[in-house]
Amino acid sequence: MQTTHPQAFDRDDVLFAPVLRTGRGFYAAVAVLLAVAAWGAYAYTTQLRYGLGVTGLNRPVAWGFYIVNFVFFIGISHAGTLISAILRLCNAEWRRPITRAAETITVLVLFFGLGSIIIDLGRPDRLFYVLQYGRLQSPLLWDVTSITTYLTASTLYLYMPLIPDLALLRDRARGWRRQLYTAISLGWRGTPEQHRRLERGIAVMAVLVIPIAVSVHTVVSWVFSMTLQPMWKSTIFGPYFVTGAIFSGMAALIIAMAAVRRAYHLENYLKPVHFNSLALLLLTMSLLWFYFTFAEHLTAYYGGELAEGAVLFAKVTGPYAPEFWAMVVLNLVIPLAIMANRRTRTVAGIVTASASVLVGMWLERYLIVVPTLANPRLPYARGLYFPTWVEWSITAGAFALFILLYMVFTKLFPIISIWEVREGRELGIQEAYERIESYLPGPGVGAGGPIALR
Amino acid sequence: MARWGMVIDLDRCTGCQACVVTCKAENNVPVVTPREAQAGRLMLWMTVIPEVEGEFPRVRARFTPRPCMQCDHPPCVKVCPVQAMTKSPEGTVSHVFARCIGCRFCVQACPYGVTYFNWQAPTWPKDLRESLNPDFAIRPTGVVEMCDFCHHRLQHAREEARAEERDVRGEGEYVPACVQACPARALIFGDLDDPNTAASNLAHSPRAFRMLEDLGTSPKVYYLKEG
Ligand code: SF4
Ligand code: SF4
Repeated sequence: MQTTHPQAFDRDDVLFAPVLRTGRGFYAAVAVLLAVAAWGAYAYTTQLRYGLGVTGLNRPVAWGFYIVNFVFFIGISHAGTLISAILRLCNAEWRRPITRAAETITVLVLFFGLGSIIIDLGRPDRLFYVLQYGRLQSPLLWDVTSITTYLTASTLYLYMPLIPDLALLRDRARGWRRQLYTAISLGWRGTPEQHRRLERGIAVMAVLVIPIAVSVHTVVSWVFSMTLQPMWKSTIFGPYFVTGAIFSGMAALIIAMAAVRRAYHLENYLKPVHFNSLALLLLTMSLLWFYFTFAEHLTAYYGGELAEGAVLFAKVTGPYAPEFWAMVVLNLVIPLAIMANRRTRTVAGIVTASASVLVGMWLERYLIVVPTLANPRLPYARGLYFPTWVEWSITAGAFALFILLYMVFTKLFPIISIWEVREGRELGIQEAYERIESYLPGPGVGAGGPIALR
Repeated sequence: MARWGMVIDLDRCTGCQACVVTCKAENNVPVVTPREAQAGRLMLWMTVIPEVEGEFPRVRARFTPRPCMQCDHPPCVKVCPVQAMTKSPEGTVSHVFARCIGCRFCVQACPYGVTYFNWQAPTWPKDLRESLNPDFAIRPTGVVEMCDFCHHRLQHAREEARAEERDVRGEGEYVPACVQACPARALIFGDLDDPNTAASNLAHSPRAFRMLEDLGTSPKVYYLKEG
């Protein structure tokens, strides 16, 4: 392997490689994604010029793809920070190579969540009225508050563990990159004092970020459940949305991991065991998601209230039945079939299941938003919703731009936390050994073990 | 202070839709193309909902005029993030077009489906364009609008009353355009808190009911059941 930096060969060299060298494939991918994003931007200018009339929205379905995307993107954001925070706090050693990939998803995707709301506005030019004339009683204002808090917290939570890696890069890079890394690594020298402070800070953020993340998707669900609309006005919407968020977020994380693993040859770092652990979590979330979905629909059915029934049957047997049953298959049947079986729980299998979950969870958001609006309590205005090319293009553009930003991130910063992997190698094994020993009854087995393990 | 309300006598309504037309003219409500109307973008602040109930020979037709219910506990006002939906001290719910950011949260929150969104720039056929009501603002693209009991008429009446140093009378002085236009006198308007107005008396009649009363929105529009 040709190295351009003066350092001697490093066993973690492959982690620096994506940042320091860029291949042709990368530019090709960027070109394609840029084209899709530009098409989405063009669609948005059309909407700006002619108003929301260019979408398929109507009366009564006044919220459509954009709001679905909003809920979906904010859901994906739970991948990162929440999962990585929980794993960090649990001292799960296998988290080390995956936390960064997860946290990056969070920070980037939040912009798309907020962006979807702005795209949905009839008057985006008046956006700042929300700050100027905000009404605290409105759940949308709660959203603005909780999402900006989450964005701030998760940016910090992404940035802090990045500092030691930035210092590593500073010592290897040249030119403008060197200046950049020097500036943002804040003079990190890796002294024990700096380490102590950093770990303290990360631990505090990890604790803080969990309630914030839970609040974010709860508040998103409240946008719906604070209204009087049938099948929206539900007390379980908060936990139901959070569950779905973690579920879809994990699926996104698995796909992102598989992508960087393949693109940057990280098979040595992102091993089948990491995918396996995440797959078991994903499987749990799938069952939990199904539990909530079942409870939600059974109560609507059993009560037999007319307005709720109209929405329920529109979903289960009516015009939304194809989407509904596709959702059940994609979110429950396929993941279960693949991941409950050890033989199919391979990296390829897990990635397939995750892709299925991502599509399924998008459909789930769609099925929460649209059928209720199409079947309002007073049956005078009923309608269907068919998105137009504008909505499809903007949605495609948003997804493309997200992937693009993620790729650019991997070119600026190591997508696997190098110092944490090293720390795991140097200290983690010893720590884990001692921890496991402390779980066991009786006097210690002796401190010689980890040496033998090494 | 007056609490303005409307009583709609379903026995009297003939379904002539004079109220619908008057409302469109009075409030400069945009006229959409047939294609847009087909797509569910018709704008009618006041509309008459025809209903046919039952099977032959027990059929029954009913016309239900439907303005904004002017809820005393309006969910649309609560959810508006910029306070564009407002409830005045007199209880009238109205909408500040210049403030609305077009999020359509109020559209989702209103259980009666009476809020309308401007999907595109407002249009009128040429003749109508020339006879727009100068008393009422035209709405831009991207904001919501809905019936506000002809709030501009209340302002007018209030100014006149103030000149004579008195309050607006509970009946007769301020009426929305639809009430004025109804040839069958099916719409009755007045101060619901003044026991001497026809509106408040009818609102207490045993025939009176309100739409989706169980939701707790407390509409100020009452209906009188058909006898
Ligand atoms: S659409 Fe306008 S009036 Fe309605 S909630 Fe949003 S900002 Fe308020
Ligand atoms: S009927 Fe709808 S728009 Fe009118 S006040 Fe009630 S909630 Fe608001």
